[in-house]
Amino acid sequence: MKNVIPVLTVVLAILLLWYGGAILLNKQWVLDQAARQDRVLTTPELIAETWAQDKPKLPAPHQVAVELWDTVAMKKPTSKRSLVYHAWVTMSATVLGFGLGTLLGFALAVGIVYNRVMDKSVMPWVIASQTIPILAIAPMIIVVLNAIGISGLLPKAMISMYLSFFPVVVGMVKGLRSPDAMQLDQMRTWSATRAQEFRRLRLPASMPYLFASMKIAMAASLVGAIVGELPTGAVAGLGARLLAGSYYGQTIQIWSALLMAAALAAALVGLIGLIQRITLKRMGMA
Amino acid sequence: MMTEQVAAPAASVPQAPTVISAQGLNLVYETSDGPVQALKDVDLKIDKGDFVSFIGPSGCGKTTFLRVMADLETPTSGTVLVNGVTPEAARKARAYGYVFQAAGLYPWRSIGGNIRLPLEIMGYSKAEQAERVQRVLELVELSGFDKKYPWQLSGGMQQRASIARALAFDADILLMDEPFGALDEIVRDHLNEQLLALWSRTEKTICFVTHSIPEAVYLSTRIVVMSPRPGRITDVIESPLPKERPLEIRDSPEFLEIAHRVREGLRAGHAYD
Repeated sequence: MKNVIPVLTVVLAILLLWYGGAILLNKQWVLDQAARQDRVLTTPELIAETWAQDKPKLPAPHQVAVELWDTVAMKKPTSKRSLVYHAWVTMSATVLGFGLGTLLGFALAVGIVYNRVMDKSVMPWVIASQTIPILAIAPMIIVVLNAIGISGLLPKAMISMYLSFFPVVVGMVKGLRSPDAMQLDQMRTWSATRAQEFRRLRLPASMPYLFASMKIAMAASLVGAIVGELPTGAVAGLGARLLAGSYYGQTIQIWSALLMAAALAAALVGLIGLIQRITLKRMGMA
Repeated sequence: MMTEQVAAPAASVPQAPTVISAQGLNLVYETSDGPVQALKDVDLKIDKGDFVSFIGPSGCGKTTFLRVMADLETPTSGTVLVNGVTPEAARKARAYGYVFQAAGLYPWRSIGGNIRLPLEIMGYSKAEQAERVQRVLELVELSGFDKKYPWQLSGGMQQRASIARALAFDADILLMDEPFGALDEIVRDHLNEQLLALWSRTEKTICFVTHSIPEAVYLSTRIVVMSPRPGRITDVIESPLPKERPLEIRDSPEFLEIAHRVREGLRAGHAYD
């Protein structure tokens, strides 16, 4: 419980900055409105109004909190107005894309470690794939997949996969190569087969790397799913909420979707952390 | 074993079969600075039950020679036979156990799990694995530690576990590459004593690389002195010390005389520099 006070201090500092920022950014609009209506505002009135607009430049924390409460707790999770529903849609694509990306990354890493041709040829392409802005390639993926009759969850998951396989490839190549020359020589003295060497040495040695990569991959996957929802006029998902919010200037809705995305990312990454701790503990490595 | 000891003088014992023989062995590494002759014209015979130490400064090829025997390096020319076959065939027949300088225990396996590792790879049955793990743990005096993880053991205990691992399958030959090099002298003395006891109990043939003169003299029936650039054998010393060797033997005149001869051999090897 010792770390409660530092955490609360940081939260308090953020809230103070946020409220202060809201006053500064929303002040002009409030003053303009008051001038139009020939009202003279006292400072407390001015502050109160900057924190209570319908479409503020920066909504105050409590406005976002109220919006979150309304859309998370007060709506049925199956309703289209529920943020839980949208988060669920995005999470399905994220988790599917993450799973596919991790599998792809793992397979590529095994290929790179065990196959000389792949070792020489694959990595530059893997790196090149990540230099293309995802915003540019996402609509094309969706259009192409639509043309061959694939729509719905899978196209978004593909974009997530595109972003999430990369950290897994890089981490797993490093992890599978982490056993030193002596450990590999030792396997040779026992005349171990390649499969035995992989299963009993390379794979367990790579576990810490795998979990570190998977945490990054999960975060990237969520970004991919949200980006995948933006250019498609998607009707559901956190990306759709962000897009709709920006069309109609619903900053409160945007901020609550952002916070929801952050909470989702934290939960998913936290889940991997938990699996990591249990796995490494059972392996005797933590 | 006991009768052999009573029969004592080593010379009168009938010739034991040759386990390892090297003839005209050369090994040249190609490096960016040109070729390096790691081994030059090495001839050596090692008999069954011998405890042979290889001693010399770094770069003299002692580890390389051990690695050639283990089929971890391929000689450029010459022949090596291990148990009468090529090193590769010997490796595939699991003829030797190799102990590296570092214990190299897997942190994700318990001590028992680490010792079981080669047994799993070699396809021993579960019951056989368990039985062998217990037996070799006893042999290195680590009974009761099979559930512990490597980080819970001292360096000396870890190295003993790695020796147990090399003993777990029935290899007649034990190749040891400076196994106690990273340990302090007190632990090293203790492990040397234990290793001798283990050797006399198991009748293995042991090849032991070291750069410590007292260690080589204390342990060996034969000491192979090597020198660098090019790596070659300069002297092979038959030890007249009895098989039973308490630590105090290191103060005896015979011991000091052999140590002196080893030191002379090492110095002669350096005369070229």
